[in-house]
Amino acid sequence: MGTATLKKMGTNLVVTVVLLVAIPPAHAIPAFARKYGLPCSACHEAWPMLNNFGQTFKDNGYQLGNDRDAPIYQQPAYWPIMFRVTPTWHRESNNRVALDQVPGNGKSGLMESTVTASGFDVGGIDIVTAGTLSKNLSFFVQPFIGNTNAGLSQAWVRLDNLVGSHWLNLKVGKFELDEPISQERVLTVSNTGFPYYNYFFTPPGDNNFFTGIGNDQLGVEVSGHAENDYTRYSVAVVNNSNGATGLPAGQTYNVYANLNQGFELPGLGLQKVGVYGFFGESPTYFQTSGGNRIPGTGTGNRSFYHAGAYGQWYFGKFDFQTFYIHGYDNVFLGNNVPANQPSKLPVGAVGPSWNGGFVEAHYDYNPRLILISKYELIRMSRQANPGIRANSGNLDTWTLGYRWYPIMNPRAGLAWVQEYSRIVNAGTAPLSGKDDISNSYLMGFDFDF
Amino acid sequence: MRIKVSLAGSVVVFVFLLSSLASVAQESHVGNLAGNATHGKALYQRYCIFCHGRYGDGTGDSAPYLDPKPRDFTKATFKCRSTPSGSLPLDSDLYDTISRGIHASGMPSWKPLTRQERVDLIAYIKSFSPRFQEEKPAAPLPIPPEPSSSPDSVKRGAELFQSMNCWLCHGKEGRGNGPSASSLTDSKGYPITPFDLSGGTRFKCGESDEGLFRDLTTGLDGTPMPSFTDAMKPDQIWDVVHYIHALRTSAKGGPTQAKAEPKAE
Repeated sequence: MGTATLKKMGTNLVVTVVLLVAIPPAHAIPAFARKYGLPCSACHEAWPMLNNFGQTFKDNGYQLGNDRDAPIYQQPAYWPIMFRVTPTWHRESNNRVALDQVPGNGKSGLMESTVTASGFDVGGIDIVTAGTLSKNLSFFVQPFIGNTNAGLSQAWVRLDNLVGSHWLNLKVGKFELDEPISQERVLTVSNTGFPYYNYFFTPPGDNNFFTGIGNDQLGVEVSGHAENDYTRYSVAVVNNSNGATGLPAGQTYNVYANLNQGFELPGLGLQKVGVYGFFGESPTYFQTSGGNRIPGTGTGNRSFYHAGAYGQWYFGKFDFQTFYIHGYDNVFLGNNVPANQPSKLPVGAVGPSWNGGFVEAHYDYNPRLILISKYELIRMSRQANPGIRANSGNLDTWTLGYRWYPIMNPRAGLAWVQEYSRIVNAGTAPLSGKDDISNSYLMGFDFDF
Repeated sequence: MRIKVSLAGSVVVFVFLLSSLASVAQESHVGNLAGNATHGKALYQRYCIFCHGRYGDGTGDSAPYLDPKPRDFTKATFKCRSTPSGSLPLDSDLYDTISRGIHASGMPSWKPLTRQERVDLIAYIKSFSPRFQEEKPAAPLPIPPEPSSSPDSVKRGAELFQSMNCWLCHGKEGRGNGPSASSLTDSKGYPITPFDLSGGTRFKCGESDEGLFRDLTTGLDGTPMPSFTDAMKPDQIWDVVHYIHALRTSAKGGPTQAKAEPKAE
């Protein structure tokens, strides 16, 4: 490489950096930005992740409280709807896939090998319509349309500020639990980097109907908050169906509660800490007809819980989200044994328990550029029976990436995303029982309008 | 020649940097908090720029769609103050406005921001107008203790509402539909609607009686609402405050404390 070429590359790099630095501040996000004329960065640290102002707006029932909230103040053409699509190029790699030794010959024997795939992709489309039906009556409907499936992620109505108080709000329908850190609003989008695994974890061999607080749930939620949202609470009573419609499980109800408190540290700003817990019972067997399970007849309920603490810490342009969970399932749930057949429990069977957590760090260069890193782990502290390897279910995952928002205006937001993530599932290789490792690299657009 | 160009360029860069520093050198003080304009600038770009504009002149991208229009900070003219008409506001006045929001406008309450962030924002907002460097705010106008409301006080207030020509803008029933209402403009020439005093909603600059008293004494700069501090004595201003309360109570269907009504046009 010649000196001239190096100089040219250097010049290009400088120009790129200057352009990045000179980019004007971020502007709006669609549905509510259109309504209020506020920039998207007012509600989002980086969309879709909310800041405290956005969380307050959400907790107020999508109302700013400035007498401009009711639909009557909007032009008739205003339609509170948002679409989100994520066209990307991504590369996925898994190091221990069970392959036929002779491709196409299922009798040739299996071997473990690495499989890699890459190409352009679109994950589907999110549609959100939300807002206020009238003063203190809000709603949210979110269908999901995938490439091969469709469904209803959320659909709820909420009575806001009951008896004129921020401290009493009532939501009914299918909704995202008031999670410590919202799964719906993660900044990461890659296959392995997207989820909070602790929100969707069940131990090896477990058959708990409930699979984690990350699933949208059907039920009712009572919540409240201080005027500045520094203090918040929510209590939800939800079906024992893990969010599935059609009453497929039992007839018990589960309870989720979340409480958090914000406080200001001089020179650092707002910090938040909280505790949460999901407590419930899940069926271990069903009534059957001809051996077939009859939906809604789940019985032999046994208990489980997921509980922990979390924090959101701000240090100037840096912020950290920390999350801890402890989970426990009853011995019958953990060993997939009907509670009316205790003799089927393996010798030495116990209720499985585990611990997990994550740390997610962000650097807000400006409202248009955010750097992201995340580390998450799960550790089984007690397996359901001695036949399960001690480390089975353990998981480590790392994600690095950034989101850059070159376009933000009252009608649309466009983020350019690059992300690398890696996950190590301990002892889950299909043949060798070694660690199973997947890598994911993604770049593309995250676009909403 | 190259040296001259470089020197000229350096001077331009130096002047630019100097002016940039000067533009954010403003300070603010609320209670024991001191605002930092540099921090405030980052916050302004995140939260405020879309309405108030990059240069604070009220011409952000959303401004054409907002009614009333966003405040033009370059004029340093603010509605909600504790200082006399024409004076700069105190930092605490701006802090209260940011915290409270301005009812019936696009300006929400920014109470979810930390206190320090709000004070930082004030420091930056003040940098948009040289007035904040050239002038000092006048002393706040005093608010004497409120006498208790009575039918007589309400009646006197109703008479003052008429004799002071409040009804010309606010209407004889305080509904904001007086004969002058349709022709009113703000200091930038935009049409402006008189406040519906009977609506039972919050007032622009606060909900308390003291806040309403203050509005009447300071006036709302940048709007046609004048100061009545020279036209009425404090007791008379309290009478008007009590009458406005009666208007709101009456509009809500509650008991009306005053029978007196301003004469029709």
